[in-house]
Amino acid sequence: MQFALMIYHTPEEFDLRKNDYNDPHLGAWRAYYKALVEAGVYVGANALEVPETGTTVRLREGKRHVQDGPYADTKEQLAGFIILELLSVDAALEWAARCPGASIGAVEVRPLAPEAMRRGFTG
Amino acid sequence: MNGIHQEDTQRTIERVARESYGRLVAYLSAHTHDLASAEDALSDALVSALTHWPLDGVPQNPEAWLMTAARHSLIDVIRHQRVVQASEPTLVLLKERSTEAALSTEFPDERLKLLFVCAHPAIDPAMHTPLMMQTVLGLDAARIAQAFLIAPKTMGQRLFRAKIKIRSGGIPFEIPQERDLPGRLHAVLEAIYAAFGIGWDDMAGADQRGRNLTQEATWLARVLLQLMPNQAEVQGLLALMLYCESRRMARRDAKGRYVPLSEQDPKQWSLPFIEEAERHLAEAFQRGRVGRFQLEAAIQSVHAERARTGRTEWLAVARFYEQLVRISPALGTRIGYATAVAEANGPEAGLEHLDKIEAEAVSGYQPYWAVRAHLLQKLGKTAEASDAYDRAIGLAEDPAVKKFLLQRRG
Repeated sequence: MQFALMIYHTPEEFDLRKNDYNDPHLGAWRAYYKALVEAGVYVGANALEVPETGTTVRLREGKRHVQDGPYADTKEQLAGFIILELLSVDAALEWAARCPGASIGAVEVRPLAPEAMRRGFTG
Repeated sequence: MNGIHQEDTQRTIERVARESYGRLVAYLSAHTHDLASAEDALSDALVSALTHWPLDGVPQNPEAWLMTAARHSLIDVIRHQRVVQASEPTLVLLKERSTEAALSTEFPDERLKLLFVCAHPAIDPAMHTPLMMQTVLGLDAARIAQAFLIAPKTMGQRLFRAKIKIRSGGIPFEIPQERDLPGRLHAVLEAIYAAFGIGWDDMAGADQRGRNLTQEATWLARVLLQLMPNQAEVQGLLALMLYCESRRMARRDAKGRYVPLSEQDPKQWSLPFIEEAERHLAEAFQRGRVGRFQLEAAIQSVHAERARTGRTEWLAVARFYEQLVRISPALGTRIGYATAVAEANGPEAGLEHLDKIEAEAVSGYQPYWAVRAHLLQKLGKTAEASDAYDRAIGLAEDPAVKKFLLQRRG
């Protein structure tokens, strides 16, 4: 089954992205991706821009409400996600613990909705 | 009631709870086989102690007090269950034992039976250690889940299912017969060592949960040795854990950086731990029945020798590993063997051993990649080494280990 690892960063961790290629923290991320691919569990992943670049839209009674900034006003913000193909949530938690993001911010593990349900959304 | 006194009482309750938990649960469940009810009854008794002891003072025999309170609570529960017919004998028994205990504050130590129940072959091996941690050590499901890295709710459900199986699955509360003893005892030792291993790997935890878990495991081994003083492997396991424990402070430098065993300063090792370990290992060997844990302890004893001689006898380490691989060819053991061979006979010889391990088995195993990277680097195969380092870093959990490997990779 597939799991999403949702990576939440602190502002300090977002700042680490500005460091150059040889920064150890970024090196740890690259090594982590490599391990995911080599272990044959990697499905896909992507990183998001910093939360300040986000804009949140709601439509209420036909009117657009546009808010500058991310959806949730919290210290730790969604920074990216990884989709993995694994046998159990136990394995997903293990990979989450190895994620460099887990030692600073947080990593939320959540199963993807079953395919039949996903098809209900996507056709 | 002054604050200091109250704090003392609180601490006394905590201490009694810790020391007596397993004894009380084991005794309360030995006849009913109902661990969940025994635990509930005991937690009722502990709550009651928290209200009574600060007012009335700590009873002379706190354990007997808890036992009586827990037994009353258990009788109430059984009454409420209203399965009168089925539980009547139990009720009588509990009452009888209650009078017995009123006369004497002594009650038999049934913890050994409980340990064998927890590691019974009918119970999922993955649950052996969690069950012991809960029923013998009294740790709650949330804390156990944390140690095993699974969701607290899931751990709670698994423990619950295991206890139902113990209650209704005909699992005997007894010490196995001589014929079955070695295998059954091994499962108990494995479970204790697994608890230690979790605590050991989890050094990074700022809340020191790792440290506590290794101490709990060592304590369990001491209890087991007290109950089975003639079993060489029990003593071997205790020796092994004490050797590891002796090096705890040396595993990090002043800045919190990871220090591998070969670079540790033996002056930082704890001599009292080493001496105690040596005593146990020597006694175990005298019994003439070598087993896995004695061999693992023997390997650690060779490392400990460096505190005296200043050097490591890698050939001796490799020989012990060779024996160990023969009786217990676990992945970690085979990698340990390859490491020792590499140190004794050079990196090529070590790599040869690593290459014999199936690729499938090591794709997610961090130590394999760390050792492989190290050996490749020694041989000057920089590109291959850096590749293996990446795998090791990606699989590492401890940030200090990650950092160490990143530096090594260069």
